[in-house]
Amino acid sequence: MDFFVDIKKKLYEFELDVKLDSKRDVIGILGASGSGKSMLLRCIAGLVKPDEGQIIVNGKIYFDAEKKINLPIRDRKIGFLFQNYALFPNMTVSENIAFGLDELSKEDKKYKVAELMEKYNLDGLEKRYPTQISGGQQQRVALARAVAVKPDILLLDEPFSALDVHLRNHMMREMAESLKDFQGMTLFVTHNRDEAYQLCENIAVFNAGKVEAFGEKNELFQRPFSRETAKITGCKNIAKSIRLSENVVEVPEWGIKLRLNMKIEPEEGYLGIRANHIKVVADCAKENCFKVWIADETDGPFRTSLYLKFGSRPQKLDDFHFQCEMSREERNEIKDPSEPICVYLNPNHLFFMKK
Amino acid sequence: MSNYNGKWKGVIDSILTLPLVLPPTVAGFGILLLIGKRGPIGQFSSLFGVNIIFSWYAAVIAAIVVAFPLMYKTTMGAFEQIDTNIISAARTLGASEWKVFWQVVVPLARPGIAAATALSFARCLGEFGATLMVAGSIPGKTETIPIAIYFATQGGQMDVAMIWVAIIFAISLTVLVINNYWNSYKKKGRYGVGG
Repeated sequence: MDFFVDIKKKLYEFELDVKLDSKRDVIGILGASGSGKSMLLRCIAGLVKPDEGQIIVNGKIYFDAEKKINLPIRDRKIGFLFQNYALFPNMTVSENIAFGLDELSKEDKKYKVAELMEKYNLDGLEKRYPTQISGGQQQRVALARAVAVKPDILLLDEPFSALDVHLRNHMMREMAESLKDFQGMTLFVTHNRDEAYQLCENIAVFNAGKVEAFGEKNELFQRPFSRETAKITGCKNIAKSIRLSENVVEVPEWGIKLRLNMKIEPEEGYLGIRANHIKVVADCAKENCFKVWIADETDGPFRTSLYLKFGSRPQKLDDFHFQCEMSREERNEIKDPSEPICVYLNPNHLFFMKK
Repeated sequence: MSNYNGKWKGVIDSILTLPLVLPPTVAGFGILLLIGKRGPIGQFSSLFGVNIIFSWYAAVIAAIVVAFPLMYKTTMGAFEQIDTNIISAARTLGASEWKVFWQVVVPLARPGIAAATALSFARCLGEFGATLMVAGSIPGKTETIPIAIYFATQGGQMDVAMIWVAIIFAISLTVLVINNYWNSYKKKGRYGVGG
C-alpha cells in the first residue's frame, strides 16, 4: 500500500501545504484544533478540491492539478469515518451498512451485512435506527459501513471526540483490533496525543497547515526536533538555550547550565523537558540538580502540577520558570512548600531543538 | 439550488420568492400580462386553439404562482438543515447523485416537504386576488371557494356563504391534522431523542 500527497489549498487563516509520502499502514495525524488536519482528509476524500498538487493512493490518481484529474468521490474507494458518524437517520442499522453494497446481489449483500454485524458486535440491532443505539454502537455501525465497501484508504476524523473517557478507552482498543484486520491504509486524525500514540506507529505532527514532523512515534515523543512538535506532543517546558560545550547548554532565562545526553547542534536552539520527567530529590549537590522555589500548584484527581522558579523566591503566583508533574504521594513528601526544594533534570530526558 | 452559491444566488432567490411579498393583485396583473390574449404565452397557446385566460387553467396557474414561494422556501429550508456530513458520507460510499438525492436527501427533508405541501395547499385554497384577476368568477367554471364566499356574502346569500365556509374549515382542518399526525408518527420512529 502506498500513499502520496502533495497539495496546497488556500484557507482563511493559512495555507494548507502538505507533503506526505508513506508506505506504512496506519498514520496518525496529530495537531491542534484548526491546524488543517481535517481539511487534509476532506481533500483526500474529494469533498474539497485542493488548489494544486497531487493525491495518489494505492497507485490510483485521485487528484492531479496539472493533468486536470479530479476523481469523483464515489470512484475514490475511501472509507470516511466522520466525527459525528453521519449515519443515515432514516435507515436501520443494517440498511446503513448495506448502503454502499449496491453491486452485490441480494443474497451476497445479506450475507456481507450479517458478517459485518457479527464482526462489529452489532448482533440484534439490525432493525434499530441510529438514534435508538448508544454512541459506541453508532461508531461501530459507522466503521462497519465504511469498511463494507473495501476502501483502499480509511480516513478517521477525530472518531473518539464525541465519547466519554471511559467509553473512549474501550473504543480505542476495539478500533486498534479492527485496524489490524483492515487491509488498506488508515489515516487517523486527532488532537489528542494519547490517542495518536496508542493507535499509530507513525505520526505526522500538523501545525498551521503544514507537516511539522513525521516519524516513528517514540522518536517523535522522546526527541522532538522542533518547538511546535514538542508542544503538540505535550511538552510543557521549553526555553531558549545556548551551547557551551559538546554536551552542556546554558539557559539564560532560567539562569542555569545543564548537561544533556545528546549532541547539541546548532549553537543556539531550544531546550525541552517534559513535566513528568522532573524529579524531586533530597539534595542539590549532584550535576543537573537545582534549588527551586514553588510559585504555585494545581491539583488533578491523582496528580499534582508544581510551578517552579530557579534562583530566587517567586513574587507572584505566575512568577515561575517551568512546571513539574508528580503523583499525590510524591507531592505529600514535600513538607513545607514555602521552603526551596531540590529537583533533578535527568540528562536522558532533556532534549535540544533546532527551532 | 441549495448547493448553488454563485453570485446569482441572491437574485434567483429573490425572483422565486417575490410572489410571496407582492400583493396578490400585482401577481395577478403580472400573470395577466403573460397569459392574456396579447401576452406571449396567451398568443402562443392560441396557436393551438387554447384559451388560457378566464379558464380554470388560469386559476391553477394563479394558485401555483402565488403558492410556489412557500413551497420553495420551506423545502429549501428543509434541505439546508440536513447535516452535510451525512450527504458526504453517502458520496464516499459510492452513491450516485441520484441515489444520494432520493435515498438520503428527500427522506431526511420529508417532514419539511410535508409542511411545505400543507402550507402551499392552504395558500392555494385561500387564493383570491390573483385568481379573480386572471380567472374571473364564472360559476361552475372558474369560481373558487373564496370567491364564491365573497360574492355570496355580497349578494346577501349568507346561508350559501356559510356552507362554503364550513367546507373550507373541514378541508383545512383535515390537512393540518393529517400533517401533524404524520410528523409526530415519523418522529417517534426515527428522529426521537436517543443515544
